[in-house]
Amino acid sequence: MTILVIAEHNHSAVKPVTLNVVAAARKIDSDVHLLVVGTDCGGAADAAAKIHGVTKVLKCDSPEYQKRLAENMAPLIESLAGEYSHILAPATTFGKNVMPRVAAKLDTQQISDITAIHDADTFERPVYAGNAIATVKSSDDKKIITVRGTAFDPVAAEGGSASVEDVAAAGDSGLSSFVKQELSESDRPELTAAEIVVSGGRGVGSGENFDLIEKLADKLGAAVGASRAAVDAGYVPNDYQVGQTGKVVAPQLYIAVGISGAIQHLAGMKDSKIIVAINKDEEAPIFGVADYGLVGDLFDIVPELTEKL
Amino acid sequence: MKVLVPVKRAVDYNVKIRVKSDESGIELNNVKMSMNPFDEIAIEEATKLKEAGTVTEIVAVTIGPAKAQETLRTAMAIGADRGIIVETDTPTDIGGVEPLAVAKTLKAIVEKESPDFVIMGKQSIDDDSNQTGQMLSALLGWSQGTFASEVQIAEGKATVTREIDGGLETIEIKLPAVITTDLRLNEPRYVKLPDIMKAKKKQLDVMTPDELGIDFTPRLSVVKVVEPPARQGGGKVADVDELIDKLKNEAKVI
Repeated sequence: MTILVIAEHNHSAVKPVTLNVVAAARKIDSDVHLLVVGTDCGGAADAAAKIHGVTKVLKCDSPEYQKRLAENMAPLIESLAGEYSHILAPATTFGKNVMPRVAAKLDTQQISDITAIHDADTFERPVYAGNAIATVKSSDDKKIITVRGTAFDPVAAEGGSASVEDVAAAGDSGLSSFVKQELSESDRPELTAAEIVVSGGRGVGSGENFDLIEKLADKLGAAVGASRAAVDAGYVPNDYQVGQTGKVVAPQLYIAVGISGAIQHLAGMKDSKIIVAINKDEEAPIFGVADYGLVGDLFDIVPELTEKL
Repeated sequence: MKVLVPVKRAVDYNVKIRVKSDESGIELNNVKMSMNPFDEIAIEEATKLKEAGTVTEIVAVTIGPAKAQETLRTAMAIGADRGIIVETDTPTDIGGVEPLAVAKTLKAIVEKESPDFVIMGKQSIDDDSNQTGQMLSALLGWSQGTFASEVQIAEGKATVTREIDGGLETIEIKLPAVITTDLRLNEPRYVKLPDIMKAKKKQLDVMTPDELGIDFTPRLSVVKVVEPPARQGGGKVADVDELIDKLKNEAKVI
């Protein structure tokens, strides 16, 4: 068996989640190829070749892949699918957007967001917002899979020496075009890859008050997250959202500030190693999952914590 | 323009679900069911577009048991002009009608109805697959605008702002297209009693998977469904000093 992993990258470098997906692939078979699709993506392909456990890098470098629109990505992956038993991508908005198109064209039932691998056909995946874990066995010849990165420890980014092979582009579909992007700019670590995450909820009260959360995060070298309530209230942008429909994180330390702990938020963070909850309502459900709960006013506690750390 | 809005009957989002003791699935007997919240956002968006004059007809479609007709009536109370149910007793949450089969069914409906676009939820809150819209778009050879937080429809094209991991992305897609909705696209309206009464009189067509030539045999068999490992929480600290001490010396995470 040979596994194809679709790399997530920014053309010049590979994104960390790719290392988690390669780790998942290696649990199925040690022959893992990595596909890097982009525009002027030589940097990412070279980085991909160094990843531990990657046996070959396929590079498709062509102008139509600048923004990796699903309508252009899917036919390319489909054209390369032939020799592979499994095709894996991260369960990020990129993977979620592209892979079902590939699966449908190959008449395959995709397995989304896997968190464990039993054997080449059998996988675990969370359902019902993570309130149940289903073990499913696929009868399809080819498996199309998206992988929850936080469920697999990453392979090393260095140490490999795979060959890089160019593959032919599949052309522009002409169906869609890129208009613009508004990305949050931050020097902080990426939310899904951070060792420490500090998140704020509705209790923080306003976008200005989120400064408190950010100062604590910066003291700890942490990423900043938020509950859906804080995002819906407009305190922070949507990409901060941790939860069932936002990002799923599993850092070493998760600090929840002014977050009550709705089911949909817990679904996104309950696999963190250590959870700290700071909330004035001692009945808040977040304390039920917290290792260290501190009941009190976040506007007193957070500045004190930031100062004393 | 004509729009098709697929909707799904799923467990209500406020329900605390329970795993069946034989580990075969989720207990759905005597559990409150509602329209999947993302689909409610889709039908709301279609209704707004109709109120704005962009859309002239909204057709809601569902796949599920006879009781899912209630979900279609809800869609019609919000704004759908008529409804189609593809009736089946095969479960629609896990281990039954899978996204690929749903996409094939919807493709058959699209071929009968010829809508200008399809708008639907990005995922259902039971199996959380997030596949059907993308699969439908691929099977039809259409464009897609997934995880939409803003949609503008013009002649022959749609401009869709998408919620992506790093922030927001705006794309322009050719119609016909499939658009899938994210949470912040709109806030669905409360349905008023007169609208519920009116919805009861709207046209509702019943179809079968056989009529459409669709096979619902699942490709994934469910080996088991279990509860996630319980987390031992509930620990408390008295103050910031104790918290820092515990994080440094007990948990060793800072």
